[in-house]
Amino acid sequence: MKVLKVAIEKCISCGACEEKCSTLYKKENSKDKSCIHINPRNGGRLINVCNQCGRCIDVCQTQALKRDASGIVRIDPKRCVGCLICVGFCPTYSMRQHDDYLVPFKCISCGQCVKVCEQGALVL
Amino acid sequence: MQIEKMLSEHKLLKEFKYDLKPIEKGYSNRTLYINLSDNTIESKPVTQFMKDKFVGGKGFGLYKLWNAVKPDTKWDDPENEIIMAPGPVCGITQYPGSGKTLVVSISPLTDQVIDSNVGGYVGPFIKFSGWDAVEIQGKAERDVIVIIDGNDGTVRIEEAPLEAIDGHVLGEQLTEMYAKDEDDRRNIAVVTAGTAAENTLIGLLNFTFFDTRRKKARLKQAGRGGIGTVFRNKNVKGVVVRFAGTNGNMNNVDDISPINAAGIRIHKQIDKLDDQQCRMRQIGTANIVEVMDAYDLLPTHNYQYGSHKDTVKINSHTFIKNYLKQNTPDGCWYGCSLSCAKAADDFVLESGPYKGDKVLVDGPEYETAAGCGSNIGLFDAHAILELNFYCDTYGIDTISFGTLTAFLMECYERGIINKEITGGLELTFGNKWAAYDLIHQMSRGEGFGKIAGQGIKRMKVLFAEQYGADINFLNDIGMEQKGLEYSEYMSKESLAQQGGYGLTNKGPQHDEAWLIFMDMVNNQIPTFEDKAEALHYFPMFRTWFGLCGFCKLPWNDTTPESNATADEPAKMPEHVQNYINIFNGVTGLNIDGTELIRQSERVYNFQRIFNIRLGKGLRVHDATPYRSAGPVTKEEYLSREERYDGQLVELIGLDPTSMSLEEKIAETRKYRENQYEMLTDAVYKRRGWTMNGVPTIEKLKDLGIDLPELLEVVKKHL
Repeated sequence: MKVLKVAIEKCISCGACEEKCSTLYKKENSKDKSCIHINPRNGGRLINVCNQCGRCIDVCQTQALKRDASGIVRIDPKRCVGCLICVGFCPTYSMRQHDDYLVPFKCISCGQCVKVCEQGALVL
Repeated sequence: MQIEKMLSEHKLLKEFKYDLKPIEKGYSNRTLYINLSDNTIESKPVTQFMKDKFVGGKGFGLYKLWNAVKPDTKWDDPENEIIMAPGPVCGITQYPGSGKTLVVSISPLTDQVIDSNVGGYVGPFIKFSGWDAVEIQGKAERDVIVIIDGNDGTVRIEEAPLEAIDGHVLGEQLTEMYAKDEDDRRNIAVVTAGTAAENTLIGLLNFTFFDTRRKKARLKQAGRGGIGTVFRNKNVKGVVVRFAGTNGNMNNVDDISPINAAGIRIHKQIDKLDDQQCRMRQIGTANIVEVMDAYDLLPTHNYQYGSHKDTVKINSHTFIKNYLKQNTPDGCWYGCSLSCAKAADDFVLESGPYKGDKVLVDGPEYETAAGCGSNIGLFDAHAILELNFYCDTYGIDTISFGTLTAFLMECYERGIINKEITGGLELTFGNKWAAYDLIHQMSRGEGFGKIAGQGIKRMKVLFAEQYGADINFLNDIGMEQKGLEYSEYMSKESLAQQGGYGLTNKGPQHDEAWLIFMDMVNNQIPTFEDKAEALHYFPMFRTWFGLCGFCKLPWNDTTPESNATADEPAKMPEHVQNYINIFNGVTGLNIDGTELIRQSERVYNFQRIFNIRLGKGLRVHDATPYRSAGPVTKEEYLSREERYDGQLVELIGLDPTSMSLEEKIAETRKYRENQYEMLTDAVYKRRGWTMNGVPTIEKLKDLGIDLPELLEVVKKHL
């Protein structure tokens, strides 16, 4: 399973990954609409992104969350009813939600952010 | 039986087509009227007046019923209605417990207004289909089903002779029948009653939701007050609602942001804290079986005692270990992270027409574990689930069944009734086979089950008139008030809870106020004024859930961390603010905590006046059986002798050492009955009622509900 891995020591908080993710999927450069987040922490930083643990699958009543053939957790927007339980119960706070959308969103390990990270801080 | 065969016997009596249109800020702005006597189906507008004065849900139900019936209407008159109404918030998916429907009718048990709160997908789907309420009046000639298709915009009445009546069978049949394909079953929700609902007065309505994990229709109950009996009396077999396309903003809310924020915040809280708090996700409401036992509050042997050495056999851990093994928390509407719905899978029945079948049992709720368990002396988890299953599928209320069976068992053990009277049923405490026989007789409408199914109020009269029983003693031990059986808490040692049961609109159901811990355990409301304030605020606050379409459980069965420093922790201020934010977010209104209570007060007072109009609703009707307030018998007194003797000294100033047991019981009774009267005075005053329990004209004016038809009713009593 391809899970996005982070080499945090290499990250310089340039925000390229957030920009790439949000513009690709939400057609807007907005950190709030990116699946990957660079957050300040203890004077340094933390990259927060889904680790594909699958807890959201267990708590979803509508079976809108499933693993695909590669093991990546995907949301079926046709089945999702926007209850946001997956957002509240995500152990790493990596299931995203924005009030502009009824369906949450998450990292699907597409690798586009890896390509734009010049520091090599993201690896698939 | 094949679905095709059943369908081939359907006869379409009426089809009604309507325009589909979006919901506006929580309201569909029309209600559906169905008359089964002449097959009328109509759309009626929701007026601004209705929204302003009644909000929705139970408020709309009461308003519709008021306009449908006369002061002398009885439960089985054709003009009596069953109104099913989701409130304006009902159907949001972001906050736990937001899919409730309120069902209103004139009750066969109480002969006054009953309201019952139920989960499942029926209410949300009614709203999404375009209706703020469904109003069913009249009586069909033969068994019918009503089908509301919210995608096609049709309502149909069809004769349906071949379908089952029992809920667990009919729920599956109608789900399969009206789903377009297998996946569409999640878009079907069904209302059923059951065979015992038509032979007793304690009938309930099952509301289904399709469980996509188990691939089964689950049953949630509008249990209280016999509405299932009215349903079958109208010859309705089932109501089907189909709606495909649920999403996160069906209500077209005014502002979704506060709703999302409140939802995510409480989801996180429940995830973090529920395992250490109420364990609703693990076991649901039955988490408190052992807690009630530990505090001497678990009704045992017809409310004589509050604990039992064998409670360990029916505690929450026993149910989890042996029956609720799947560990998949289920909500009865989308977004319910508290997920108290529980199921025992592949449960093998040991009695009755379905003996040997492997079935799914929805439950047990705490009330069922206590009512069909400790209260009838049955410390047997399997037997509780067996009775739970049969109550549900036969369409009768587990609370009324448990409480009336407990009454019968005490009568039997005291020799008030015997085997000759019961037709051979040996109704001793703990005799599960007798309890099974009783419920199967209710289903068949035979034998002593038919008598028992009339409820405690009518049985008391029957036993006195026909078998020479002492009516005063029966009135003391028969745990009913207004005709409704008590729910399953011991209120003897909590005066506030005696009022929480007795000073209610519909009868002794704990959904208005549950004050035992505040009062008895934590001593937070010591004076009459404190208790009266609690018996004003909490019933009004909790009424509001039923106006909006909320469930009460996520209010205080999960506690926010902020409660540790809150001024009034019993009110759960953070959660109250969530509710205000959500209501305003949905409707675009701007209510605060004060207006929230006033919204409820309007409806609460309206319901009180409705009862007065039906010849009830006065102080005399708020009197309670003495067992709810104190020890009736020697055995009860002796079981808590130290406590009661101590109270004689400290509260009454008597010396118990110089008194006989009879004298001690009599003095305790005199004191406690007087306390209840003083509490009643204080509560009526706080609620703005006369000492006869009648809302005053000033109060109605203050609330803006001084409507001529209400004044006409109250003026006769002022």
